Formats: sequence, C-alpha cells, structure tokens
Amino acid sequence: MADLAITPGHGAAEPHDEHATTTGLPNTKIAMWVFLASECLLFGALITTYVLYRGASDTGPYPADVFDIPYTSVSSFVLLASSLTMVLSLTAAQKRDVARMRLWLLATALLGLTFVGGQVYEFTAFYDEGLSITTNLFGTTFYVLTGFHGVHVTVGILMLLSLVGFSAADRLPDDAAFPVEMVGLYWHFVDIVWIIIFTVVYLIPTPSPVPA
Amino acid sequence: MATVTVPETARGLLRRPTAVTGAFSWLTTVDHKKIGIMYGVAAFVFFIVGGLEALLIRTQLYRPDGTLLNADQYNQVFTMHGITMIFLFVMPMSSALFNYLIPLMIGARDVAFPRLNAYSFWVFALGGLFLYSSPFLGGAPNGGWFGYAPNSTTDPSIGMTFYALGLIITGIASTAGAVNLAVTVVNMRAPGMSLFRMPPFVWMGLVVQFLLVFSLPIITVALFQLLFDRRWDTAFFDPTRGGDPILWQHLFWLFGHPEVYILILPAFGIFSEVLPVFSRKPLFGYQFVVFSGIAIGFIGFGVWAHHMFAAGLGPVANTAFGISTAIIAVPTGIKIFNWMGTMYGGDIRFTPAMLFSVGGVAMFVIGGLSGVTHAIVPSDYQQTDTYYIVAHFHYVLFGGAIFGFFSAFFYWWPKVFGRRLNEALGKIEFWLMLLGFNLAFGPMHILGLQGMIRREYSYPESLGLTFWNQVSTVGAFLIALSVLMFMVNVARTHLKHRDEAVEDPWDARTIEWMTTSPPPVHNFDEIPTVHSLDEFWHRKYVEDERSGTLVPAQAGAADTHDDGHAGHGSIHLPSPSYWPLVAAVGLPIMAYGVLYSWWLVGLGALVVLTGIFGWALEPSVAEE
Repeated sequence: MADLAITPGHGAAEPHDEHATTTGLPNTKIAMWVFLASECLLFGALITTYVLYRGASDTGPYPADVFDIPYTSVSSFVLLASSLTMVLSLTAAQKRDVARMRLWLLATALLGLTFVGGQVYEFTAFYDEGLSITTNLFGTTFYVLTGFHGVHVTVGILMLLSLVGFSAADRLPDDAAFPVEMVGLYWHFVDIVWIIIFTVVYLIPTPSPVPA
Repeated sequence: MATVTVPETARGLLRRPTAVTGAFSWLTTVDHKKIGIMYGVAAFVFFIVGGLEALLIRTQLYRPDGTLLNADQYNQVFTMHGITMIFLFVMPMSSALFNYLIPLMIGARDVAFPRLNAYSFWVFALGGLFLYSSPFLGGAPNGGWFGYAPNSTTDPSIGMTFYALGLIITGIASTAGAVNLAVTVVNMRAPGMSLFRMPPFVWMGLVVQFLLVFSLPIITVALFQLLFDRRWDTAFFDPTRGGDPILWQHLFWLFGHPEVYILILPAFGIFSEVLPVFSRKPLFGYQFVVFSGIAIGFIGFGVWAHHMFAAGLGPVANTAFGISTAIIAVPTGIKIFNWMGTMYGGDIRFTPAMLFSVGGVAMFVIGGLSGVTHAIVPSDYQQTDTYYIVAHFHYVLFGGAIFGFFSAFFYWWPKVFGRRLNEALGKIEFWLMLLGFNLAFGPMHILGLQGMIRREYSYPESLGLTFWNQVSTVGAFLIALSVLMFMVNVARTHLKHRDEAVEDPWDARTIEWMTTSPPPVHNFDEIPTVHSLDEFWHRKYVEDERSGTLVPAQAGAADTHDDGHAGHGSIHLPSPSYWPLVAAVGLPIMAYGVLYSWWLVGLGALVVLTGIFGWALEPSVAEE
C-alpha cells in the first residue's frame, strides 16, 4: 500500500508528455477511495457482529462492569483532535512550509500513539477485571473489533512517521501535499470509524442479563 | 516511432533489476502482459491439480462402497477440489485475462499500479502454495470450501486453520488486484474511449473488480473470526457460549454469492467478444448487455440467503430471498437473448473459440434453469445438499466459466503468443469436452433427485445409484482427455516453426488487435484515438452509400484517424522491481507464524515492512 501513499499521481506507464488521466484525478487518489470503500465493508462486518451479539453473553463481566466512559471519552477526544492536526499538516504542505508540515505530522502521530497507548491500558485493565477474549461473547467481539481498529491506527502512525522520515531524508517530492493528503484520507477514515465504534460499543448501554 | 526506455540504476538496498528477458526477469517484472501470462500458467497448474482431485473423487464413487479413499481423505480431497477450482483457478485465470487484455482493450500502456500488480500475483501464488503445504503439515482443509461452523471450528486437524489463513492471503491478492484494475479502467482509457465505447469484456471486468472490492472484506472478517475461534478459542461460532454458527453462513454467503458472479461475469464478457466476431455482426443490444451486467452486480448482493433456505431463517426471509433470486435471473436471461440475437442472421464461422462460446452459453442456460428451481423454496428443501446442487453449479461454473476460458484461449492465443492453436484439434477437444461434461454432470441431476447426498464418501449398492455414478465417472475421464488434448495442442503449437501471419486472424472488432501480436512491451507505438464502439472494425470497414453493405475502408483512410497522440519522445515504462516479491513473501511467513510461533509472525511482518519501504523509496521509473 505504501506506493499508494507516496507515489505522486499519475500512472507510471504514462508517456512523459501525457499526464492527463481520464477523469483528471490522480490514480492514487481514486485507488485510495476504492480501498477505503472496501474497508467500510470490513468494519461493517465487524460492527455488525458486535451488534448481533450485544447482550448475548451468558456470563460476566458485562460491558457495564468494565467500561470507564469518562476515560474512553478522553482518549476518543485525543484521536479526534488528531484529525485537526492532520488537516493543519496538509495546509502547511500546500503552502510548502516543510517545517510546520513535519511538526503537525509528528503531532498527529503522537496523538495517535496516545490513543493506542490508552487502548493498551484499557485492554490490560479489562483483562485484570476478568474479561479475556475467551471469557464470553462480549470479550470476543469487543477485543476483535477494537483490536482491528487499533491495528489500523497503528498502521496509520507508521505511515505518518514514515512521511516525517522521508521528508527529513529529502525523499518526498517538492510538493509533498499529495502524499500527505493520501495519508490524511486514511487517517480521517480511521477516525470516523472510531466515532461509530465509540457510539455503538460504549455509549449505547448494553443491558446486563439478570443471572439465572 | 517511439523509443522505449527501460533505464537502469543502482539505488537502495538491492541493485535495481534490469533484466527484461530470461527466467530472472519474470521474478521482477511489472509488465501487465508478463504478469498476465504468469497468472495464466499458475492458474492452469492449479486447474490440473484440482482436476486430478476431481478424478480421485469420481474414481472413489465409481463403485458402491469405494475403497480408494477413506472418509477423512475424501473430505480433504473434495474440499481442496472446491478451494482450488474457485480460488486458485477460476479467479486467477480471470485475473490473467483481465490483466493481459484490459490495458490493451482500453488503449493503456500498463495498469495503474504496475508494482502492485506484481504484488497481487506473488501473493496469490504464494497463498496457493501455502494452502498446498497443508497436506504435508498435518492435513489439508476438510470442511468444504464453504467451511461451515461449528464443524470448521471444532475439527481437530490443522486443515481448517490453513483454510482460514490461506484464503485471507489470496483475498489480499484479489483485493489489491481489484483496486488496481478498477482504477485502470476508470482512469487510464485512451482518448475518445468513453465508458460506452468500452468492449463488453472490459465492462464485465469493471463490475467484477467492484464485486471483489465489496465482497472480499466480508469473508476476510469471517475468516479472521474462524481463525480466532480455532486458534485462540474465541466464542464467535461456539453455541455453548451463546455464539451462533448461522452468523458464519450469513457472512460467508454475503461474500459467496457475489463471488458466484465474480466467477461467471468474465465468461459473460468473453462470450460478448467472441460471438460478434465470429458472427460478423455487432453485439446485439450492447447497452442491455452492459446494464444487465451492472444489475447483476447490484442484485448479486441481495440473494445470499438462498444458500440457507434449509437453515431455518423463517418463511418471511425465505420468501424474500426466493423472490430476489428469481429476479436476478432476469438480467441474466436478457444477456442470453442478446447473444442469440447476435448470432441470428450472422455469417457464423465455427472456429474452436466460437464453438466454446456457443457451447458455454448453452450449458449455462441449463445450469441457469436448474438454478431457478432453487429459488422455489419448497423445491429447494428437496434439493439442498444433494447431487442436484452439484450438477447445478458445475453447469454454470464449468459449463459457463471454463467453457468461456477455453473460448478465450483459442480466441486470444494469437494475440498473446503470436501463434494460432490448431483448429482441428481444438474442434475435437470441444466435442469431447462437451460430451464428457454432459456425461459427468448431467446424471448428477438424476442422482440428486434420487436422494444421493453431497460429500458422502461412499454409497451402498442397495440404493441403486451405481449406474449413473459410473456414467458420471466415465464423463469425468473424457473431460480429462479433452484437457490433455488442449495441452498437446499448446505443445504442438509452440514446438513448430512460427510461420503464419497472425496480426488480425479473426477479423476482430476491438483495439487490442491494432497492435502487433504479441504486443510490444509498450503495447501501442501510438495510442489510438477512439471514435466508436468496435473501433477497429469501423476503421477496417465503411458502409457503402449506394448498396448499404460494408466494404473495406480505403487503404490509409484508417490511418488518418491517428491524430494527436503520437508518441513523440520516449515512453517511460515502469522498471522491474524486487520489492513486490519481497513484500509478498512475508505474508505466508506470518501465516506459518500464526500456526507455529510468534517469532515467525514478527519475522514475516519485518519482511513485509522491508518490502513496502523498499517499494515506497524506489521510484517507479528508475532514473537515467
């Protein structure tokens, strides 16, 4: 996927004098949108599984026993804030302000890292409270869904840090706005998915069944 | 004449590969034509392997109480037969044709992302090898290609873990390939090649890529859930902890039914190219063929539960899916009538390519009709899990898709290799295959209605199923003989001295025939400007004003259309690269790691990352 992210624009096989694509859009941008459309179905299937098994656990701990909504709200806010810094880095890249672009990219990666770190802490805390991936359906669906999202955020952090590294090593094109925009598309997508997950998993209360 | 530059340079960790010929060049190539040929060869090898598995099945069932295979071996063989034919033969063979032909048919120099294309191929090939390493490492998958839970989650052998991991890997290959080809069609067409001037084969290709993009992530999730259930004891499909095995069926068929159209639409595209050429008529109702293909793509996502009528979803769901299943027969039927209309009154030449297309349409109609009987829920209750179903899907997939492939082989062989396959041998092959096919799968309708259950490794003589099983086995061996004849034909064609001119052997209609055969590495010296559907035909023939008949265009008149996009200057083709192969090798290493050791997962991930970073830091066109 990395060449989707940093190769600027056009079909590599185009002759030099012909840079126009059929739609006028760069290939990479269309590819990124198609890929994200595919990702929608991936998270769609995972979220559907979670919703289908809401309240179906036959043993505790149940969601209400382990969730710490204020804590997760803060880490969600951190992730959403990273979308702002992502946009700021794109603006800087468009103005060819390389220093600010790197700064905001680093800030985005740091916010992402904070979120992932928070998730690791959360997983550890839940595990200590007796919720493992095998305990019940809640554990199974919760860890797999949020874990998949966490992996996506981690891949995004790798891409952000790579951009900073490539930029420092002078391996980005002079106009770095395009690769930054592509990584940004992915990053915003992952954020939006988290809004849905946070709402569905944390905010909508799941009734704990009365023990028989 | 444009000059082609394939420059060389030394940069990065590995020296940039420069070979464009020889065995090594195939490992590093990013040329869509070479990748297409590699896809074709690999898929054909898997076709032979899957075919041998079919012969094992049929030999086992030739007599009552067969003893060639025991129940466990039989489960592995039919499971691998299904997985191989679907994921390792029909899908990659479609990729082979799309890869080779789509850029040529839309007037592009390559696909949108040549290295991603190489990556797709290597991931597919290594995923196939990964799956086939399972018999040597504790047992092949044995729960059917559909892998129903909880049988697949509780089976003690390692096979279904290989199944989950192997199909995740080949799914990555297909997703990357689908994104690539979709962007190619959307964004890399020649000047004047509007969407409705695209050949129908390209249209069907586009629909297939979108079906892949939207259906593969669903089975990827299901396979991960299966993997977690098997490897880490999660509860997704475990009824003892409240899990629901029916969820697997929903997710699997939500992918599985679009998959059916992923398998058959390429053949629909082939029929729509071959029938007009050998009828010397334009495709009858081009727009209807295109729009019914698109309609199939959409409706294909709304019929999945007809695979689950017997699962107990209730009368409302069964009725709804019965109706939607009947509806999807409509666009398919429209196409059948279009193909018949194309042939009607045409100047038909029965070459092997034409025979396979006509035969394919006819066999598909039989399979389609038995398919419509499944839409009727009470009737389906009787047919579920019997050989009637086996008969149905072999008529659509063998009769439709594989006959389509052989039609494509005979039609495009001169384009790809500059040599024509032997026609006489091809005709005998066709009739032999048609006969063998109907003998093998026709009796399965009867067996199924007599109550013979699918996937049974033996049957007692008292059931009276022996005769038709023997007919079916004889048919299977006749099919094998016809495939052998095809291989002899290929060998003969390539051993003999190349003598005949094959630039436009069929008087074709589409622009892939406007370049040399085989095409140069840059496809077209000058990218043609397209003015109409069937561009090449309209350059060759004009309508005579007085008689209203077609006459050959004045020599040279066609060339005046070549305005504008002459390739002045040099054409920069993407340079060969190691990195797609490196990034692909890491995936099976990670998969073995999931089975055996976390260290291997880490190592595999490191290899993948190395590949991706090498790839990202390497310019797609090496500097001069």
